[in-house]
Amino acid sequence: MLRDARLVASKDLRVEATSRVLTTQVLPFALLVLILFGFGISPDQQVISGAGEGTERVAILEKVAPGLFWLAVLFSTLLAIGRSFAIESVDGNLDALRMAGLDPAGVFLGKMSAVLAELLVLELVVGLGCFALYGPPLAHPVLLVTTVLSATLGIAAAGTLYAALAAGLRVRDTLVPLLVLPVLAPVLLAATLATEAALFGPDGDGWPWALLLGAFAVLYTGAGILAFGTLVEES
Amino acid sequence: MTTPVIELAGAVSLIGRFPALAGADLSVGTGEVALLQGPNGAGKSTLLRLCAGLAPLSGGAGTVLGHDLSDRRERRALRRRVGLLGHGTALYDDLTVEQNVRFWTAANHGDLSTIEPAMDRLGVGGRLRTVPVSGLSAGQRRRTAMAVLVCRRPVLWLLDEPHAGLDAAGRDLVDELVHQAVASGATALVASHELDRVAGLATRVVHVVGGHITAQHSDAPAHGDLGGRGDLDDGEAT
Repeated sequence: MLRDARLVASKDLRVEATSRVLTTQVLPFALLVLILFGFGISPDQQVISGAGEGTERVAILEKVAPGLFWLAVLFSTLLAIGRSFAIESVDGNLDALRMAGLDPAGVFLGKMSAVLAELLVLELVVGLGCFALYGPPLAHPVLLVTTVLSATLGIAAAGTLYAALAAGLRVRDTLVPLLVLPVLAPVLLAATLATEAALFGPDGDGWPWALLLGAFAVLYTGAGILAFGTLVEES
Repeated sequence: MTTPVIELAGAVSLIGRFPALAGADLSVGTGEVALLQGPNGAGKSTLLRLCAGLAPLSGGAGTVLGHDLSDRRERRALRRRVGLLGHGTALYDDLTVEQNVRFWTAANHGDLSTIEPAMDRLGVGGRLRTVPVSGLSAGQRRRTAMAVLVCRRPVLWLLDEPHAGLDAAGRDLVDELVHQAVASGATALVASHELDRVAGLATRVVHVVGGHITAQHSDAPAHGDLGGRGDLDDGEAT
């Protein structure tokens, strides 16, 4: 299984390295979304943060930066997983994958790993863009890294699973967002709250959400390993 | 009759609700090269996909290389032993010729040492090996797909219009590869409209019409016989 996962992941990353869809299309799209959020939400507006004597006025963009970051990531995820299965849906590639003696669980892990790697690169750039554009503080880096890793794993696993479900369908391009976005809504909520805690503190508020993200990632990775063969078979 | 490789009895295969195969009877033995002949939409490609374990068997009975086509696990096991060259070439446009052949050979658990000789033989070695597949002509893509098939070394070759898009030398090469595979113990099922070309290749002609196998006859047919029904055994496997 791991050998097949490595094989598929390296192939997908090699395709990405050659086509440069991530760097020339997905990344600019994500950064554009960040900038458009800035236009849509007036940067001059402020909100009152904290309670009691600790209240302070902060720029609204700084406060909502975690949610905007994860929304930009989610929208970009749709492009990344769409691309991941678009290359298999042409010229008989899906049939050839079925004909090869690859372990379906290995194929799932390979495709998920490639999407995971691409999303992590994207999040690094978008994250830096967030700090540059919105200027939030960073109170707890360990919580932030844990949140990003577990949320991204969950997004990659669920995205790969649902993209496989729609892989053989003609309407896959429009169906995948409809399937994936509702499923990833809990990830958006948990990741936003955990990231808020990581940026503004206290970190104790964030760890339960990070734990939930980890559970989501484990659940969907397990579901993908078990169900991918059947999904590809029926698609 | 040699050891049966393909045994179909009343095989039905549905595409959606449409019976692309509507009760096909066929028996092909080891070492045979069976030519599937019939009009467009007759069910030839579905028959090849059924024998590859890709299309489901919705009715009747069928075994290929001893694998029961009605059993999903058996179909998966069968796929590893057969090679299908369909209308698509199953190549990644953004990868080079060599990267494609290497990936599919590794995916098929093939012998990596056969990659270079196969690419050279199919005429996609040399300077073409580092060219992205998106930059190849249709014929070169077909040759690359054949190189993958050669590295796979299947027991049963399933070829759907294998000469399409190839020049004369490429067509000769395909025939030569099929001959060699059969000589080394493989079996081939070939769907083709190029009757003159396959005349020298086939040991048997199988006529497929409307999802049924209407007639078969053995031995290499003369060129003029391929389109006719003169010496056919209607509905009988020979």
